[in-house]
Amino acid sequence: MTWKSTMQPAGLTLAALGLMGVSLGASAQDGDRHITLASTTSTQNSGLFDAIIPQFSEASDIEVRVVAVGTGQAFEIARRGDADSLLVHDTAGEERFVAEGYGTERADVMVNDFVIVGPSDDPAGIADAQSIEEALSDIAEAEAPFASRGDDSGTHRAEQRLWDAAGITPGGEWYRELGSGMGPTLNTAAGMDAYAMSDRATWVAFDNRQDLELLFEGDEALFNQYGSLLISAERHPHLKHDLAEQWHDWLLSEAGQAAIADFEVKGQQLFFPNAHAD
Amino acid sequence: MPDDANAFQTALALILGLDPDLIGIVTLSLKVSLSAVLIAALIALPLGAAIALWRFPGRGVLIVALNALMGLPPVVAGLAVYLLLSRAGPLGELGLLFTPGAMVLAQVILVLPIIAALTRQQVEELHGDYREQLTSMGVSRARRIPTLLWDARFGLATVMLAGFGRASAEVGAVMIVGGNIDGVTRVMTTAIVLETSKGDLPLALGLGIVLLALVALVNAAAHLVGETARRRVG
Repeated sequence: MTWKSTMQPAGLTLAALGLMGVSLGASAQDGDRHITLASTTSTQNSGLFDAIIPQFSEASDIEVRVVAVGTGQAFEIARRGDADSLLVHDTAGEERFVAEGYGTERADVMVNDFVIVGPSDDPAGIADAQSIEEALSDIAEAEAPFASRGDDSGTHRAEQRLWDAAGITPGGEWYRELGSGMGPTLNTAAGMDAYAMSDRATWVAFDNRQDLELLFEGDEALFNQYGSLLISAERHPHLKHDLAEQWHDWLLSEAGQAAIADFEVKGQQLFFPNAHAD
Repeated sequence: MPDDANAFQTALALILGLDPDLIGIVTLSLKVSLSAVLIAALIALPLGAAIALWRFPGRGVLIVALNALMGLPPVVAGLAVYLLLSRAGPLGELGLLFTPGAMVLAQVILVLPIIAALTRQQVEELHGDYREQLTSMGVSRARRIPTLLWDARFGLATVMLAGFGRASAEVGAVMIVGGNIDGVTRVMTTAIVLETSKGDLPLALGLGIVLLALVALVNAAAHLVGETARRRVG
């Protein structure tokens, strides 16, 4: 809790708050060592951050405050200068972020993969598909209900690229764009016996599967690269660039990579560090 | 459904176990929403009374606007406050985004119209009964405000509780401006959204039951205070 931390002068409302002992958190100059990290729901919901951030905080004395949103919103938060650091999974978008001058550096951190889940009786018969293209074609041909994130998140963008690669423009009654996070999408898919594409981390940690099962996995096209970005000090001089850089460097360091590899849910490793793959 | 029974067990275990995370979340929820109601009331009670007493051009429009704002979607209030407090926004310098202060501000915007609009209506009715007497005593309009607010206090307590209900129940605004940061800006409603998205429905529902119990507790406390005061007044 940060209720105890220092007050800052900021007008009448805030003074009134101060009277109630309400602290307003958080500015760079009061010397508190925390950064705001904009990241995705998959890293948060799977519990990865709960496992690795305490290790970083202990080593560095820096608190990491995670705002977990869709990748699209995470980019927007960082663009507006509201987060010190960014960890997302949309390599094309990340490279654009750097090219536009908002980011100064982008590095591979880890991969996980996407899986296709669906009702256990598998009406479209995707379980024996040879590739993700074939699996998606089966679903489209059978016009089996498919629950799409539809929220411009990294997962949604990846799903759109996969439909594209399969030469399908999904649409119609069976293709349902939910505009929701991964968890809510799985909740909805479970409720209406629909197929859905999920990152493995969220799926493994997800508790409300009802009749859903993992039906298709393993195609290389389903690999999901996470990248860490440093935000431009020129565009946003007020951010805590030094602390953010320490976090970024730690993620890529041996200690950080080992922490990621050690994280397991239900006995399964979910994220595979690959900062030094090449 | 076994889940429903689970939820009650979960709620009970959460309450009885005095889970420190839960206590932190509950405390923050109460602090944010009670602060918001208090600040909103400081502005809205005199504002509502003033609108009740004065006649001025545009008064009708103002009343309609206040009534309409009672239906302001929390997510819209949250978005507006986000844009205001974002570094790229006009108040970005304050560094308030993703702090409890931002959450209070968003909830003040949600609660203020409710308290102002209902106060206006209550005070106007009361003033109808008091007008002749107050006029014969030569009390100026500005001086009437404290008198009327005081005599309407039991009704206004209910108005404030309505505001508290709105603040403690909303999730759209605090999610956007608070960011649901663990241990910093996570409140009951955003925790419920998070657990739902993890598919842990019993825990989510359990938290919902705890929230409901909490709101009931605040209402019971207000009722008790009100009853005691009423008895004393006779």
